Amino acid sequence: MKHKTFFWFILPSLAAMLLFIAMPLVSVTIQSLFVEHDQVLVEVENCTPFKCESSVAVDQEATAALREERPLGQFNGLGTYTNRSHLAFPEVREAWNASGSLHDFGARLMNLPFYKALAFTITYTAVVTPFVIVLGLAIALGVNALPQLVKGPTIFCSLLPMIVTPLIGSLILFWMVDADGILGAALQRIFDDDQLSLKASHSLTWIMLIVYGIWHSAPFSFIVFYAGLQTVPQETLEAAQIDGATRWQRVRYVVVPYMTPLVVFITLMQLMDNFRVFEPIVGFSASAKATSLSWIIFNDLRGGDIQLFGSAAATSLLTILGVVVLLMPVLIRTWQEFGRKVV
Amino acid sequence: MNMMKTMAAGAAVTIGVATAAHADCGIASGNVSVLANDFPALHAVVSKAEECASSTVTFSKNHTTEHRDIQVAAMTANPSEYTTAIVANSSVVPLLNGGLIRPLDDLVAKHGQNLKKNQLITIDGKIMAIAFMANAQHLVVRKDILDEVGLDIPETYEDVLAAAEAIEAAGVMEHPFAMLTMADWNLGEEFVNMYLGHGGEFFKPGTAEPAVNNEKGVAALNMLKALVEFSNPDFLTYNTGVVAPIWESGNLAMAQMWGSSMGQLLDSEGSTEEVVSGTLPVGAMTVAGGTTPASSLWWDGFTIAANISDEDAEATFLAMLNGISNEMVMEGDNNDRAVWLMDAYKPGIAATGISATAAAGAEPYPMLPYMGLLHGAFFAELPDFLQGNESAEQTLADIEAAYITAAQEKGFLQ
Repeated sequence: MKHKTFFWFILPSLAAMLLFIAMPLVSVTIQSLFVEHDQVLVEVENCTPFKCESSVAVDQEATAALREERPLGQFNGLGTYTNRSHLAFPEVREAWNASGSLHDFGARLMNLPFYKALAFTITYTAVVTPFVIVLGLAIALGVNALPQLVKGPTIFCSLLPMIVTPLIGSLILFWMVDADGILGAALQRIFDDDQLSLKASHSLTWIMLIVYGIWHSAPFSFIVFYAGLQTVPQETLEAAQIDGATRWQRVRYVVVPYMTPLVVFITLMQLMDNFRVFEPIVGFSASAKATSLSWIIFNDLRGGDIQLFGSAAATSLLTILGVVVLLMPVLIRTWQEFGRKVV
Repeated sequence: MNMMKTMAAGAAVTIGVATAAHADCGIASGNVSVLANDFPALHAVVSKAEECASSTVTFSKNHTTEHRDIQVAAMTANPSEYTTAIVANSSVVPLLNGGLIRPLDDLVAKHGQNLKKNQLITIDGKIMAIAFMANAQHLVVRKDILDEVGLDIPETYEDVLAAAEAIEAAGVMEHPFAMLTMADWNLGEEFVNMYLGHGGEFFKPGTAEPAVNNEKGVAALNMLKALVEFSNPDFLTYNTGVVAPIWESGNLAMAQMWGSSMGQLLDSEGSTEEVVSGTLPVGAMTVAGGTTPASSLWWDGFTIAANISDEDAEATFLAMLNGISNEMVMEGDNNDRAVWLMDAYKPGIAATGISATAAAGAEPYPMLPYMGLLHGAFFAELPDFLQGNESAEQTLADIEAAYITAAQEKGFLQ
């Protein structure tokens, strides 16, 4: 394709990306560097249906003047990034100095909201991603071996977890694992322990969220692998069969190498998606036991009466940074392969 | 052409009928647009206000539980997206902080002759909201179950612990107690209540500096922990939507719930005769020998947006006055939907808990500009303590640290 044609071809999506991704990103970056003005507080007398009492309120006129002068607020540099709600440098240093052992340091670190969320986010990403790939490939191979008649319905059913909206899917499971729900009650019966509750235990909540994540994402990798399987050359497979390769050997030495680009693709997508895990935490009401970076952003904006835009912006950028770090090995590899092909 | 005529005639008839059926609220013209939370009492108010709609008065409404999250952005716009927001003690604060609602003194002087003095929410001498209902959390008990184990109705949280233990020991129920302990705003509110019951102050007087890391804070935390021991282990997922059905299914003997939920517990829908007849709302408990109930008082009221024309402000004020009129209280079963502040209200059994809590001298929820940030720090840090992962002192230190970080970002602390 000519460069000019290519340019006109991608112009609409390029414009949309600039408008809806690049510009908000710039705005978020700027917001994360500022905090609000010092509030001018005045002593006031408040009366409610219950009683009158002296209280404190924000002085509107003085604040309006400040806001007029500098609409963005006070420049704070990277102060928001290093405060207790984010990277917490002073607190981490203090924890390091105060702790006797590495284990103790870890425990102190987990008391800080950002690191607590990071711990779950990374665990979730590290467990869900490989499981999704392996499970997806297994389902794809299984479905591919089915007779033509039942293939269609099976594919449809296998895709259901992905079709169901994440929030709804997690809510349904949440009700099912309730102590009075079908899964929760069954587990209590099986283990003969009527105190057993998936929602109450820290580790069981993590396992529940991870299992949900695998259940929800496996169809994505399944459908990609299934499409890939259709393009595996039959001649090579037949040749391998004639050479006496078993089914396992054919998968291991013919199918899997052929699928490597797809594995890279799914890994990329899954790393990005899983690092931004959010819906199951809300759906399972699991925030007391597991928080993620995305959940922190949500809580800053939606948790209480007062919204913390700067804090949410800083966490957003740290999340993007995290995704970039995670993708780095895969990206470097892809780049190297690209270079080799060009040469 | 013929079709146009028919349509025009049809429209004229519709408008004619609509005007005839609707109340005359004395509004010449204007726009009324309401943002409100989504529960039956507010539906009653807003629907009554909607009757003021006419050919010259446009009316729109948005009932959503997300109202707190959209109100600031919606009312910062000029002209404001909504002409009125129905708020409570805490949700009015961001609107006040941003200067997004207007003083109502002139409108009250002109049209508010029928308002009672205690309905006027005044900040620094200026009327900023008109309250129409009160709410508070208090205890509700199953009288039949307390009788079964031979205990009186509890008056303190120490009594509640003893009763819960007796009910468990008698094998009547496994988890006889519940409060609204979901690890979000709800859990923060439970700590606010318990801390107020211990006579605690949230801030150093006149400043935004936190002052919860003290013995009263420790005592409040320990009492909360002792109480949730008698609650289902899933307690960190419990909000009204979860606890009310458990109550109705007869699996709770005592619960700390909102007064506004009592109507649901006391009607026969979704429950059995045995449970409903045993259900008895009582006042909020006192704790640790104190006399102030461990609960906070709430009001709901309407405000008028700052960024709208005076004409729309007056139209909205009149429509909302119609919404909170005595006729509204007397219509249908509206009387029992809330503890109304209007004269026509006749307190029923569902109101006894709130009335008793207010009469016992419970404190109103603080209307401070930075209270919301401290509330957020409460529910962010409390789960660690309630799950036994850290000491009360550590939790309180964490709460103060989390609050200070947020307050610095908002400019309340340097």
